[in-house]
Amino acid sequence: MAANPAPALALEAVGKTFTMHLQGGLRLPVVHGVTVRVLPGECVVLGGPSGAGKSSLLKIAYGNYRCDEGHVLVREPDEIVDVATAEPRRIIRLRRTTIGYVSQFLRVIPRVPALDVVIQAAVEQGFVPDDAATRARTLLARLNVPERLWTLPPATFSGGEQQRVNIARGFVADHPILLLDEPTASLDARNRAAVVDLIREKKDRGVAILGIFHDEDVRDRVADRIVDVTRFASAA
Amino acid sequence: MTQDLPLLSVRRLGKSYGARTGCRDVSFDIHAGEVLAVVGESGSGKSTLLNVLSTQLAPTTGEIHYRMRDGVMRDVFALSDAERRFLLRTDWGFVHQDPAQGLRMTVSAGANVGERLMAVGQRHYGHIRHTAVDWLGRVEIDAGRIDDAPRSFSGGMRQRLQIARNLVTHPRLVFMDEPTGGLDVSVQARLLDLLRGLVADLGLSVVIVTHDLAVARLLSHRIMVMRHGTVIETGLTDQVLDDPREPYTQLLVSSVLQV
Repeated sequence: MAANPAPALALEAVGKTFTMHLQGGLRLPVVHGVTVRVLPGECVVLGGPSGAGKSSLLKIAYGNYRCDEGHVLVREPDEIVDVATAEPRRIIRLRRTTIGYVSQFLRVIPRVPALDVVIQAAVEQGFVPDDAATRARTLLARLNVPERLWTLPPATFSGGEQQRVNIARGFVADHPILLLDEPTASLDARNRAAVVDLIREKKDRGVAILGIFHDEDVRDRVADRIVDVTRFASAA
Repeated sequence: MTQDLPLLSVRRLGKSYGARTGCRDVSFDIHAGEVLAVVGESGSGKSTLLNVLSTQLAPTTGEIHYRMRDGVMRDVFALSDAERRFLLRTDWGFVHQDPAQGLRMTVSAGANVGERLMAVGQRHYGHIRHTAVDWLGRVEIDAGRIDDAPRSFSGGMRQRLQIARNLVTHPRLVFMDEPTGGLDVSVQARLLDLLRGLVADLGLSVVIVTHDLAVARLLSHRIMVMRHGTVIETGLTDQVLDDPREPYTQLLVSSVLQV
């Protein structure tokens, strides 16, 4: 393993325990001592069964879940930011400039058309509206979202259609780090192939990817390494 | 550097009514373009806090500093009357839950918007009317209704008019007290979407009080959870809602019905 290049994203000794106060303070240890480093252009896949904490780790990396132990180091051009301790507005800026995230499900916003959902994601990263629109259209077309749906809010779309809008939103900007939580779960073979191509293009452009893929075929085609999360299971 | 100074800086703010506590020991900063949601149930102190922040109530303890347009942080309770007027009429907005509190119900929609412009010294009728039409359009009110009084408007339209009246002077900070409360769900969705767009386009800083966690999720960057007058949890909005730490926050989040 090359030790020299600096990782774009590094989880260092990350640990997470949920405390459920409504269940009498029940403590649910999820993971402990997770160290995963992702280099630019590399795709690291988190492996292990459901409940092992894979999604939780992505959410911790994105600042969506709190990081109870350890550090999440994100490299920016002029500094390294620890998501575990950063101020909320620093995390918001990181999400704008550096870390993209494709969740398992699209969280729909009432009234906003699919195309605008995607355009907004590019505008937030600083693309001028015209360029953002061009990128959004190209991506929706590549993901086979029928053009007649673009002007409609995704609330009424099928699961697969929503997911493709979600993927377009996550891929439209140029984030140097992408977190992918089962992006291909509800897609057919043609769309899985489209997503694989998109992921490979991101890698070629030096994007560091940390992802979860249950589909073995997809995983084999994009993964450089698989990290089995079960080895970080907390001793309950 | 001005860029990194907060717009509003609140320290150890408290307000009690005799022996009863409205809110106590509240501290936070808001930077330009940030939206802070204050959530909690009735009686949590969130409305008291909003009224103190907007200088409608005097605090019992603590301080509020605001970055004026010249870049200098000033104690808002030590401003001259003229400076205070400038804040309330121009640089700040306040959106009440009940539009009747923020509007003049007997004068026309156009006058409701134009009035705030006149208060900052605009006198040219044609220009004021043009700006009013423009703002009615931005809040999706048909220009043909400009001469109608808000009494004849639906609840959703009134609320949109109140928002136009507030934003016409290009405030940098807007306080909102349950702006979607009391509206039908479909009307609420439209208003939220409108607010979301305006806040982003204008780069507004907002303190929004709401008991509706969905509103907080849609509009805010950060959340402050209040209970019994104190802030019990604070952080990035999606972090507090998806990974709540305090027992009371966990209760609030788990009490929301999923649809």
